[in-house]
Amino acid sequence: MGAYAAASFVAWFASWGLAPGFSLVALLLASVAVAALLAPLVERGLLRVFYGRDEVLLVLVTYALFLILEDATKLIWGTNPYFVSAPYSLFGNVQVGAQSYVGYDFVLVAVAVVCGVGVWWGLNRTRTGKVVLAVIHSAEVASSMGVNISRVYTFAFMFGIFLAALGGALTAPMISVSPGVSVSVVIVSFAVVIIGGLGSIEGAAIGALIVGLARALAVHTWPPAELFSIYLAMAIVLVFRPEGLFLRVKARRI
Amino acid sequence: MKLKITAIAAALAVCGSASAQETFKLGIVSFLSGQAAESFGIPAVNGAKVVLEAFNTGKAPAPYNKVGFGGVKIEAIYVDENGGATKQVQELRNLYDRDKVDAVVGYVGSGDCLAVAPVAEEMKKFLILYDCGTPRIFEDGKYAYVFRTASHAAMDNVALARYLKARGVKFTTINYINQDYAWGHDSRNDFKAAAAQLFPGSKNQADLLPKFGAGQYGTEISALLAQPADLTHSSLWGGDLQAFILQAGPRDLFKRTQVVLSAADHVLPGLGDKMPDGVILGARGAYGQMAPKSALNDWWWKIYEDAYKTYPVQAPYRMVQSLLGLKLAVEKAMAANGGKKPTPEQLAAALTNSTWESPAGPIRMNLGDGHQATQDTAIGRTKYDAAKKMVTLVDIQRFPADCVNPPPGIKGEDWIKGGFAGAKCP
Repeated sequence: MGAYAAASFVAWFASWGLAPGFSLVALLLASVAVAALLAPLVERGLLRVFYGRDEVLLVLVTYALFLILEDATKLIWGTNPYFVSAPYSLFGNVQVGAQSYVGYDFVLVAVAVVCGVGVWWGLNRTRTGKVVLAVIHSAEVASSMGVNISRVYTFAFMFGIFLAALGGALTAPMISVSPGVSVSVVIVSFAVVIIGGLGSIEGAAIGALIVGLARALAVHTWPPAELFSIYLAMAIVLVFRPEGLFLRVKARRI
Repeated sequence: MKLKITAIAAALAVCGSASAQETFKLGIVSFLSGQAAESFGIPAVNGAKVVLEAFNTGKAPAPYNKVGFGGVKIEAIYVDENGGATKQVQELRNLYDRDKVDAVVGYVGSGDCLAVAPVAEEMKKFLILYDCGTPRIFEDGKYAYVFRTASHAAMDNVALARYLKARGVKFTTINYINQDYAWGHDSRNDFKAAAAQLFPGSKNQADLLPKFGAGQYGTEISALLAQPADLTHSSLWGGDLQAFILQAGPRDLFKRTQVVLSAADHVLPGLGDKMPDGVILGARGAYGQMAPKSALNDWWWKIYEDAYKTYPVQAPYRMVQSLLGLKLAVEKAMAANGGKKPTPEQLAAALTNSTWESPAGPIRMNLGDGHQATQDTAIGRTKYDAAKKMVTLVDIQRFPADCVNPPPGIKGEDWIKGGFAGAKCP
């Protein structure tokens, strides 16, 4: 959704005759728009019904939603690919030895670090973040302490959607935005989250680094093992840390 | 109660026979969703729609100018190929059993073709595979009811290697990037073998096999740049190919190595000025801009362009050449059947070993006991035309079918490794 919205926003901005630099603003606005439109709809209209049920059910519901949204993108944007490559060339090229890198790639790394640190800081160092953590920990207790749970849920979900849409929007310039782009992302993200440990931001960051480096190592040294390397890394981590590298301290439920 | 059921059954029987008399039911299977829809399935189905419309109104040029198939109107049923081989087997059974189609034309995916061919054979129903690439279908199997109306993938890579030879492109080292499934592996093997024959001193370096639908090639491009080769071969296609070009272009890969693509003309209209100049590519036939000049091609190009505001590339060409061949076969079989709709056996007999003219040149069903086609092909080089705002193909060279396809009775791979015995090149 983010990638498609980005495609539309960048195209609109270009049609208004704005400088290419504004295409970055377009990417950001696209993510905000997706979050603002989609999140309340999904959270209020669908997910709310399933709170308190088994988490497995929630996974199934969101997966079904993913399939529906995938088809929805086809209804809205059709099957033809979109190209949003304008922002990709904004930052020039960087030469490192025999390699030539696109500056945009480095900007993405920086954005990822900023987002990661920002979310960590927001969750652990601000009042709002601590309230969110409290609600995740025990909605019942939080509620009895006077927290408006449903508002926290909506806010957290909206923020999550915004980050996901931002990810899609920032990737859009590097790819041809066409039906089916999201499937591969889901699989790799799953590996990242499992390696890192569910619910841990440090874990997700380390997990992403492990998966990325494992893949790169395989491609450079032994290409047939590319996919295998991701799962090998995951398996090794799980042998020693069955719940992932970082695990939130959990209260034992009795 | 019993009477009611009989009445319904009778009504159904009447309907069934009435519609069977009126139309030739044709099942068309291609990707209407998923990753292969945008570049292959939808354009192919679009091609089928305009051509069948022309058939049904009798507006196609001679010898294709009879209304429908020999006066019988064609009724097409479109089925989505997405969802894997198991699903396709079921869908094909439904087409024959429930929809009572007279023939099926379909399948882009090599895995789907390998799965559905034995099903049509077992059900004794007529099936044309119009696009898929794997040579194995008629090289490893034998079918009475199954046909493929286009060349298999050996042609594409042999033609690429011959083009490099003919144009005097100098190289010693080759990198490969192909998808990790039948098509990617076969294409790489065929090009490797052909290069070893035609360029004996050439050396293979990196051999990358990203998975189908990977979409992100940052690491692969780094690997290709880390051990630069004179030549880089790829059979990537569709969204994967577009993504690879969008990512590799800005990183100067195309400036540091001569890229050769075995099936790439279908991304040219979409990529426009993002397609680097000087890339050598094929289209799996003399398709699109590389099609030979003919009245039939002009007609086909026009009806497609009028309907869809873009020119036809590989996928719709392959669809139209199969429908033209099917039309002549049906009409021949009808003539032998006293003007009545032919049985699958009569249809199969009519198509076996037949030849016909297509917009991309002559199609001959001369391999696999008359069930596998060979055709001419062409290779060209990209050049962006700023005035026309489109990627044009220059230095186009055509290769006759006998030059780049194995002769009957030998497998493609063995033919290449044996030094192309029996090849007739101009």
